[in-house]
Amino acid sequence: MSFDAHRCPNGHVTYPGHTRCPECGEEQTETVDLAERTGTVVTWTTSQATPPGVREPNHLAIVEFSVEGESVRALGQLTTANGVEIGSEVEPVYEEELRDPEAGIREPDSQEWDGYRFEPV
Amino acid sequence: MDRVAIIGASMTAFGDRDAWVRELLAEAGDAALRDAGVDGDDLDHLYVSNMASGEFEGQTGVPNALAHDLGALGAYTQRVDQTSASGGAGIYAAWQSVASGASEMTLLVGGEKMTHKTTSEATDVIASLTHPVEYKHGATLPGFAGLAARKYLDEYDAPRESLGKVAVKNHRNGVDNPHAQFRKEVDLETVLNSPIIADPLRLYDFCPITDGSAALLFCPESVAEEYADDYVVVSGIGGATDTHVVHEREDPTTMQGVVESSEVAYEMADRGPEDVDLAELHDMFTILEFLQSEDLGFFEKGEGWQAVEDGVTDRDGDLPINTSGGLKSKGHPLGASGVAQAYELYVQLLGEAGDRQVEGSVGLACNVGGFDNCVTTTILEQP
Repeated sequence: MSFDAHRCPNGHVTYPGHTRCPECGEEQTETVDLAERTGTVVTWTTSQATPPGVREPNHLAIVEFSVEGESVRALGQLTTANGVEIGSEVEPVYEEELRDPEAGIREPDSQEWDGYRFEPV
Repeated sequence: MDRVAIIGASMTAFGDRDAWVRELLAEAGDAALRDAGVDGDDLDHLYVSNMASGEFEGQTGVPNALAHDLGALGAYTQRVDQTSASGGAGIYAAWQSVASGASEMTLLVGGEKMTHKTTSEATDVIASLTHPVEYKHGATLPGFAGLAARKYLDEYDAPRESLGKVAVKNHRNGVDNPHAQFRKEVDLETVLNSPIIADPLRLYDFCPITDGSAALLFCPESVAEEYADDYVVVSGIGGATDTHVVHEREDPTTMQGVVESSEVAYEMADRGPEDVDLAELHDMFTILEFLQSEDLGFFEKGEGWQAVEDGVTDRDGDLPINTSGGLKSKGHPLGASGVAQAYELYVQLLGEAGDRQVEGSVGLACNVGGFDNCVTTTILEQP
């Protein structure tokens, strides 16, 4: 398991990866694992009206990580909203199934359903 | 250059309708043709703005169905799906068809049938536009709005009440729109005490789920007077995209698609934000009205909330925003919304808006797909 951000030869980092680097158009050739890093909450919300197969309430945050001077962001579920504020430090925690793949409109086989929640440090 | 004119327009009642998408499209399309006295077989091109008729009701191929129902057999047809901005993208396609000389008479009809689904199901259909890494976390458009709203209030020290005042204003405007889903005023206390949907946003910060359709009829300005005494022209139009993955944006409170699409539209029209007399913005969530009013250049970044507090965007203010009631009270049938924004500008510029009439000769509509993922900005003017 890893929480892979993608890096191009010019050092730009994105999560998820793209066919070409959105910043410079180069091919992304490396991955950077964010799983063991600590990130900072850019903003967060608690969603009380969620789609089929999603936990309710669903705490979500946009989190920023620093990778050798470049910043990279990821959206993910929070394990709890207790004590979370803009600027809080969080760390990724692996979760096998973030939502029920069978319940929503998207074809279950078309994407992955595991990933990382964010736990306040 | 011969400009593109809009010589007819219509919209159906928005709300909880018994009609299905085919019938809604035909109702609006027929009314727009009647408005200009044009027959279906006069149409060269027919565009349908629709996000998800297949997902919502298992009906695909709607442009062909509509051509048959309107007696427009032989016309070139095309469906335009740009999620919530399908309507604006349809205006772009229709404008392009006439501006290029490919068509001398183009009908655009936008429509969506949604209310037979639960809110949860409809939210999921819309959320299916998101990237897999966001979709798997249960990200939704209301969720993105909550994330942006918290950041905005924090960054610009805006009071929570200011968001509520957008809802109060747009509900007040909707009272005088006979086509609106909600024709009922709400007070600030009701908005601020409504159930939390995506903290800090509450139920009244969100537009409803809606059935409805709207239509516009386009031709070259040089022949417009053969069909209509009064018409409007598309003086500027621009489209732009922002990131698909919403969290990859540098500033969650800036809608770069709005910035870039409006720059193109202003340049084409040889206008600036200061020239706009009235605007229809995509207030799918109250926070979006602040963000767009800033990113269109009406107000400085972080000051859009102040304008609402000061009444600048009220119907009797210096820059009325969403005289139609906006998506908030008029309703938001996805593919119809961008077309209905232009319908509102059309009736306002023609002086046919009744009790909600405001003064003005230049109107702007900003139609947003996803959470700024794709945007079309259109400027309509009196000839």
